[in-house]
Amino acid sequence: MGQRVGLEVSLACSEAAKLANVDVIAAYPITPQTHIVEHLSELVADGDLDAEFVPVESEHTAMSACVGSSAAGARTFTSTASQGLALMHEILFIASALRLPIVMAVANRSLSGPISIWNDHSDIMAERDIGWIQYFAENGQEVLDLTLAAFKIAEDKRVLLPVAVNLDGFVLTHVIEPIEMPDQSEVDAYLPSFEPQQKLDIAHPISMGMVGMPEVYTEAKKACLDALEKSYSVIREHWDGFAKQFGRQYKPIESYKTEGADVLFVTMGSLGETCMTAVDEMRAQGLKVGQVRIRMWRPFPADDFMAAIKGAKSLVVMDRALQPGAVSGPVATELKSLLYDKGQSIFVSNFVIGLGGRDVTRADFANMAKKTMEAQSAGKEIACEMWGVKE
Amino acid sequence: MADSGMQSWKSLALGCAMTEPGSSKRFNTGDWRSRRRPVTDREACIKCGRCYILCPDMCYSADPKAEGFYNWDSFYCKGCGICIVECPKDAISWQEEKEEDKYGPACGS
Amino acid sequence: MNNIAAKALENFEKITAKKMPLIEPLSKGHRACQGCGEVLAMRLAAKAVGEGLIAVSATGCMEIISSPYPQTAWECPWIHVAFENAAAVASGVEAGRKALIRKGRIKDDGAKVVAFAGDGATADIGLQALSGAMERGHDMTYICLDNEAYMNTGIQRSSSTPYGAMTTTTPPGKKSKGQVTWKKNMPMIIAAHNVPYVATASPAWHLDLMNKVKKAVTVPGPAYVHIYAPCPTGWRCAPEQALQTAKQVVECRMFPLYEVIDGRFVLTKDIKKPISIEEYFKAQRRFRHLKQEDFEYIQKRVDWDYERLLALVKATNPEPAE
Repeated sequence: MGQRVGLEVSLACSEAAKLANVDVIAAYPITPQTHIVEHLSELVADGDLDAEFVPVESEHTAMSACVGSSAAGARTFTSTASQGLALMHEILFIASALRLPIVMAVANRSLSGPISIWNDHSDIMAERDIGWIQYFAENGQEVLDLTLAAFKIAEDKRVLLPVAVNLDGFVLTHVIEPIEMPDQSEVDAYLPSFEPQQKLDIAHPISMGMVGMPEVYTEAKKACLDALEKSYSVIREHWDGFAKQFGRQYKPIESYKTEGADVLFVTMGSLGETCMTAVDEMRAQGLKVGQVRIRMWRPFPADDFMAAIKGAKSLVVMDRALQPGAVSGPVATELKSLLYDKGQSIFVSNFVIGLGGRDVTRADFANMAKKTMEAQSAGKEIACEMWGVKE
Repeated sequence: MADSGMQSWKSLALGCAMTEPGSSKRFNTGDWRSRRRPVTDREACIKCGRCYILCPDMCYSADPKAEGFYNWDSFYCKGCGICIVECPKDAISWQEEKEEDKYGPACGS
Repeated sequence: MNNIAAKALENFEKITAKKMPLIEPLSKGHRACQGCGEVLAMRLAAKAVGEGLIAVSATGCMEIISSPYPQTAWECPWIHVAFENAAAVASGVEAGRKALIRKGRIKDDGAKVVAFAGDGATADIGLQALSGAMERGHDMTYICLDNEAYMNTGIQRSSSTPYGAMTTTTPPGKKSKGQVTWKKNMPMIIAAHNVPYVATASPAWHLDLMNKVKKAVTVPGPAYVHIYAPCPTGWRCAPEQALQTAKQVVECRMFPLYEVIDGRFVLTKDIKKPISIEEYFKAQRRFRHLKQEDFEYIQKRVDWDYERLLALVKATNPEPAE
């Protein structure tokens, strides 16, 4: 039975890593992730967490050191955002190819240029293809819970893939929320210590990071792809296990007031909470709207999503990143390709919203729904529209 | 270029790791040698061990039957000639070698 | 000021011809060129480290020739991640092991984390990661195998390419004489990080090389060994001459052999009667285009650098008080 405290969400993230008894943290500070790593280094300095805190000289080194540490068999954690995530880019692919269960908290922040320290999803959207498990937290409790669960999922021998836990920069990282802190004994019951399947060990020498000739590269990628796809059921299993141990259930797709809804908003991350309030207001006015929240982003939970939107006549898909030159934003592109494969002729509008930390209000949601319904009746498409651009 | 994989993706080790240390020993680098091989004159050899320690391909190993002398490994020798240059007594020299005799008996026995 | 290295080396057991470790952490069948001086240097270093070697390779010749899937030439644990991060990966392996040993999850098997990287991966793209690792004080050894260009990608220049050398990106032509900058002094850069042990080595003095590597892994904290690695393929010299070039480069003073032990400069060999740099250049076609004025400039600069080194030796080894 945990203790309920008011805690800055960044610190809740660090506390999750502490509860997980991580062995190594290799991280480089970048706004708005700084409080996460600062708190971890405090915990280490005071002996509250027995870990090696490696104050690396860049994010590229942070991820490289995480790869080395995880390969040595240590439970490894890091955190970054924006430019830092971009700087790690090259190594992120290698981390998943080497099947290393690194956990990383991404404090979602806009990518330069122009330089912006504020929240959107462009940083993680630029990393869709890294082969990591990726999911989104919507509030402080979720940040703690999902970070903790990430270790269990990553280290499961059926998975052995790194996990990125996304939390919105400033919007979550820098707010104080009520968080129920689990007891260490509860966590230990849920999360045993890391037993690597293979590691750098002079007693059992292996070579990691081989040259992948054309004769093997495709199969190597297939093996990783298979692991990512199969991780879906392990994620479900461990989220269900989390619910049993701690009483909070997480699902790949969350639904809100979808029964009888004609129009469904589709959101990811903390934007979803504003949206839920907007849905309440619109429902009170008699509008048949609801919301679907994507929590699991990679692997994409296709069946869960299709089930969640059943019966709806249109989707208002929110993207918090651009996909310049493409038909629509990253999330909308994903959903539309899924819908096409499933033969669904549901109307989809796509709005790119909340870039660079711009607020998204309840009125915005109401207007997006209105615009969507109007376009649908007029037979017009909204393939991708940047919302609220000052002309 | 192969248009198909060398092995089933299911048979790959985790992360494509190589779990058999030193498996390169299966590879016949001696095939790279062309028309000549180094041969040691044991009369001239002073057992200094330079050929053993300076061969980039570890082709010299202690002769268990003749202490101090070294056997040469034709399966791996690439024919670089470092041993010939570095032998302080010029005890190693080139000998012509036909392709079909490449893997004949090791020298010096 | 500190004596971390000195203390650790108090009962140092030297490798000699009679006390030669027989272990070969690098196995036969690797795909290095005939006469590759770099793989020889790596072989010697690996032997010197011995049983406890955990090798971290940067992308480059040594990584490619030792890991052609499905085969590996490594008998010890080995990891390769990317080009510029051998030092970063090694520092992560070290930190991971340190934590696991302290927390009682693995026993202290005395393994030594050693990074192997070429001059490109060390002096250029990997300089940041190396500097960071050295500054943070990880218990690791970093070995730079210096063949003076980006050989694996086809002989392009690095900041470790010597002045005047021909490479594919510093080709001599009507408007150029080849590499126009002086070789970056990596050992001195690392010495400025105040690590307990820095050394330079050449495979022509193979026992010296092995002992320096053994010292490097014996000394706690970061250690750096810069090894001259002849590349007949890239330098256009005969493969059998690989070790002769490794001898001449020292004898002409272009690559002095020394150690920096707790900040104290110790000369391995004082070359009192150097051979001329032209003598050294003769066997390598990469210098063929140079003219007399180039030799003069290079000779002057080599002498100047050598005098500076001697001054550092003098300055850090004060005469005992009367």
